[in-house]
Amino acid sequence: MLDARATPTPLVQVRDLKMHFPIYSGIFRRHTGDVKAVDGVSFDIMPGETLGLVGESGCGKSTVGRTLLRLYDPTAGSVTIDGTDIATLSPEALRLKRPTMQMVFQDPQASLNPRMTLAEIIGEPLREHTTGDAATQLERVYELMNAVGLNRRFARRFPHEFSGGQRQRIGIARALALNPKFIVCDEPIAALDVSIQAQVVNLLEDLQDNLGLTYLFISHDLSMVRHIADRVAVMYLGLIVELSPRDALYANPLHPYAKALLSAVPEADPAREATRRRIILKGDVPSPANPPKGCTFCTRCPQVFDRCRTERPALIEAEPGRKVACHLFTTPTAGSTGSVEVTEPNQQGVSK
Amino acid sequence: MPDGAQPVLDVRGLKTVFRTRGGDIHAVNTVSFHLRPGELLGVVGESGSGKSVTMMSLLGLLPSPPADVRGGQVWLGGQDILTIGVDALREVRGAKVGFVFQDPMTSLNPVFTIGHQIAEPLIRHMGMTKAQASVRAAELLELVGIPDAKKRLRAYPHQFSGGMRQRVMIAIALSCDPDVLIADEPTTALDVTIQAQIIELIKDLRQKLGMAIIWITHDLGVIAGIADRVMVMYGGQVVEQAPVRELFANPQHPYTRALLKTIPKLGGARAARLQVIEGQPPIIMAEPEACQFRARCVHAHARCEAENPQRRAIDGAAVGQGHDVACHWTAGAGDA
Repeated sequence: MLDARATPTPLVQVRDLKMHFPIYSGIFRRHTGDVKAVDGVSFDIMPGETLGLVGESGCGKSTVGRTLLRLYDPTAGSVTIDGTDIATLSPEALRLKRPTMQMVFQDPQASLNPRMTLAEIIGEPLREHTTGDAATQLERVYELMNAVGLNRRFARRFPHEFSGGQRQRIGIARALALNPKFIVCDEPIAALDVSIQAQVVNLLEDLQDNLGLTYLFISHDLSMVRHIADRVAVMYLGLIVELSPRDALYANPLHPYAKALLSAVPEADPAREATRRRIILKGDVPSPANPPKGCTFCTRCPQVFDRCRTERPALIEAEPGRKVACHLFTTPTAGSTGSVEVTEPNQQGVSK
Repeated sequence: MPDGAQPVLDVRGLKTVFRTRGGDIHAVNTVSFHLRPGELLGVVGESGSGKSVTMMSLLGLLPSPPADVRGGQVWLGGQDILTIGVDALREVRGAKVGFVFQDPMTSLNPVFTIGHQIAEPLIRHMGMTKAQASVRAAELLELVGIPDAKKRLRAYPHQFSGGMRQRVMIAIALSCDPDVLIADEPTTALDVTIQAQIIELIKDLRQKLGMAIIWITHDLGVIAGIADRVMVMYGGQVVEQAPVRELFANPQHPYTRALLKTIPKLGGARAARLQVIEGQPPIIMAEPEACQFRARCVHAHARCEAENPQRRAIDGAAVGQGHDVACHWTAGAGDA
């Protein structure tokens, strides 16, 4: 592992991952189409890194997280986690692989069994995957509760006795039970109040430092992603449109959608709010069952031109370490940073 | 119509209690505020802080039992609407006050067309005929930025996206030309780019129609961009109230100060670690006799345990007029 630092191998390698959900209709329930929730995404996550995955509802970010852990069977593509291709593993091999990869869900209410005590919930993965006796397992449960800041006196209580923030701690303790290397955090703070969000995010960061965890942090909260992620992938309609290091993305988003998304986030500063120029996108996200031909963002893009409507741009390296899927960047001469620095000339959208 | 100095809405000492099997829950405790004509008042607080319950109880929208509005006055258009009775109150709702709820899916009726639902208050409150109401409904849809309005009147809510449904809700709330629009977390269920659309729409409608707006949210960012004045609620009480710039530049209550620090920033320096407000918001099982925030407060002292702080002005203006705070502790220069 020591040499690995020189040439780090990614812990997670995703290649051209597709997840299509079939649509059946008519009286014969014929297969009439597909919801292309994820339509070919590729990215790597380095050991110890946090990759932020952002986008609006329906863009496929949660589906990516779930397909990564094979909660869904992917339509195509490969997911290599810690050297094994998850996408093709047999059920038993997959079960044995589960301890390395875990998930923290959005809704701590729905993801905890209301009829199990806290000790049973956190201990369940131990019973399933380890051989220790009950006393050893309970000791481990106490250890985990301690790690996430839950008092061990609570071990025999039920989920409904806890607040949202505490429930999320239970979910995190369960995910940690088997010493995973990789955790998918699917909107772990979306259901929590502002003052509780910071508690959970700090906990996730502490655990990462102490246990060397690797995170995929899925969220629609761009400010929080800026805080926690090292690199950020922006998704739109089943595709990654930009994948950049955090600071570069927030300082200067390249893809027009990333720009619009960042400009739409309200900031808690009245003086800045008064002077900010928002890019207001027109209309709604198209249906993933019938995405636009060409670039999926072409129907709402303020900088759209003819090529966007016919040809889908590939995710290419626009600057060192930054990837973007946009025709403004596909021909290096026409669309390098110079043209992008210009703030939107056509105040598209300030609605009339 | 009240003149410039007179507030459109004046709430004094509102108290709401929920009777539950486990005992009474004091959700709103002596809340007072007013709304000037054309003003946008932002109400910020976490879930359970009483912000929604305050607005629902002043319009009699809470089912009783379990809710019980125990005291206070709500002055609107020269009358105390808590005393006027159910039928008169029904006239006030819709006609004088419009309400936009958080979730546009559950607040629209799925089995009636959009046109029917916009026309309903017009027929009910404005005495329009069906034909008149339908013409006006199309105008309203156009006003809230839904293209091809006439055709869209025949559509059902499920045929609209979340953002469009919220536009429909706004159209319904505005249909009778209300003096006050109460928007309860109107953009919380929406994506950021759609939220930006709705905020632009409200800003635009405010200029065109000039109604006063109460905007309830937990998102300080939204408030910073849209409000004239902000009221911060915690534990069923107003803990701080100030003009928007003043509040963000010079927050006084330890809760407001902590809240502003706990949210990560989109620009500027990135904090290595987020500031945390330890603990949980309270559940108020009795009329408060101590400060509700004391258990989580870094400045708590003996007096906070003994006495529930009253709102006091910090800038010489009367309470409610300028900047006021309900806290025993006084922020000094250089305090954390």
